[in-house]
Amino acid sequence: MEKNRTVDDNDGEFREGLHSGVSIFIGYLPVAMTFGLIAKATGLTLIETVMMSLLVFAGAAQYIALSLLAAGTGMLEIVLTTFIVNIRHFLMAASLNEKAERGSVFGKVIYAFGITDETFTVASMRQKVITTSYMLGLVSISYFSWVINSGLGYLLGSGLPKILQDSMSIALYAMFIGLLVPSMKKGVKVVFLAALAACLNSIFTIGKLLPSGWAIVAATIISAVLTEAVLYMKKGADKHVEG
Amino acid sequence: MLRAEIIVLIAMMAMVTYIPRMLPFALWSSKQLPRFIQGVLGNVPYAALGALIFPAVFLMKEDIFYGLVGAIAAFIVAFTGANVVLVVIASIAALSAYSYIL
Repeated sequence: MEKNRTVDDNDGEFREGLHSGVSIFIGYLPVAMTFGLIAKATGLTLIETVMMSLLVFAGAAQYIALSLLAAGTGMLEIVLTTFIVNIRHFLMAASLNEKAERGSVFGKVIYAFGITDETFTVASMRQKVITTSYMLGLVSISYFSWVINSGLGYLLGSGLPKILQDSMSIALYAMFIGLLVPSMKKGVKVVFLAALAACLNSIFTIGKLLPSGWAIVAATIISAVLTEAVLYMKKGADKHVEG
Repeated sequence: MLRAEIIVLIAMMAMVTYIPRMLPFALWSSKQLPRFIQGVLGNVPYAALGALIFPAVFLMKEDIFYGLVGAIAAFIVAFTGANVVLVVIASIAALSAYSYIL
C-alpha cells in the first residue's frame, strides 16, 4: 500500500490536507486582511503587498517589515530581522522532517516553502504519517487564504464589522488550543512540555529578556531538551523509547 | 525607498525565509539524527504550541480578559473533543458576545 500509492491515494491525502487547513484558512483571514490594510497605509502598492505575501508567506516577519519600512529602516536590517524572526521555522522543519514519509526530497523542499507556525502545528498533530500530498493540500489552502486576504485587505480595508474583525483575531490562538488540548489528555509529558515553554516564553517576552523571534525559539528548545533529558535519565539510555 | 528597492527587499526577505524552512529536508532524511535529538524534535510541536499561545493570547488587547475569554471558550469546547474548526468558531462567537455585552 505504502509502496504503490495510487493517484487516488494521493488525491485523498491532498483532500485531507485541505480539510485540515480549514481552521488556518479562517485564522489567516483577519491577520492577512490587516496586513493588507497596514501595507496600504505604509505606502506599498497593491502589487507589492500581494507580492510580499506570495513570496514570503510569513505573517510576523511581514508585519515587522512594514513597521520597519515605516520607520525608514535600511534594507539590510529589515532582511536580517526577517531572518531572525523566521529562524524558528528551521526548528519546525527539522521536527516535521522526522515525521515525513520517506520519499522524494523534491516534494518536501516544495512544501517546505509553506511551513508556518500554523501549518507546522496542524501537521504535527496528525496521527497518520505526514505525506507530501497531505502537506501540499494543507499548505495550499493556508497560502491561498494568506495571499487572497492580503489583497482583499488592501482593497477593502478591514471589510468586516469591527466586532467580528476583532473577535476573529482569537482564531489562531483558539486553533492552537484546539490542537493542544486533545494531546494533553494523552499524558503528562505533553502538558509539561507546553506549560514549561509557555512559562519560559512569558518570562522572556514580558521581561523583555529576548526579542520575540528568539523568545519562542529559546522557550521551545529549552522545554523540549529539558523534558527529553529528564525522560532519558529516568528510563536509562538503552531502554529509552521515543513516545 | 525606491520601488525597485522594495522589490529587491521582498526578494531578499523571501530568500532568508525560505532557506531555513527548506534546509532540514535537503540536508538529512528522517531517523538519521542521534536518538536524543530525534526525541527532542518529537517534543518540539507540543512545546511550540505552549509558546505560541502564551503569553500572546493575553496581550491581544489592553484588556487582558479579552484573550482570556476567547482562550477559556476554546479550551472548554476543545475539551469536549470537538473538531478544531468548531473550537475556532466557538471562540470567535464567545468573544463577539463578550465585546457586544461590554
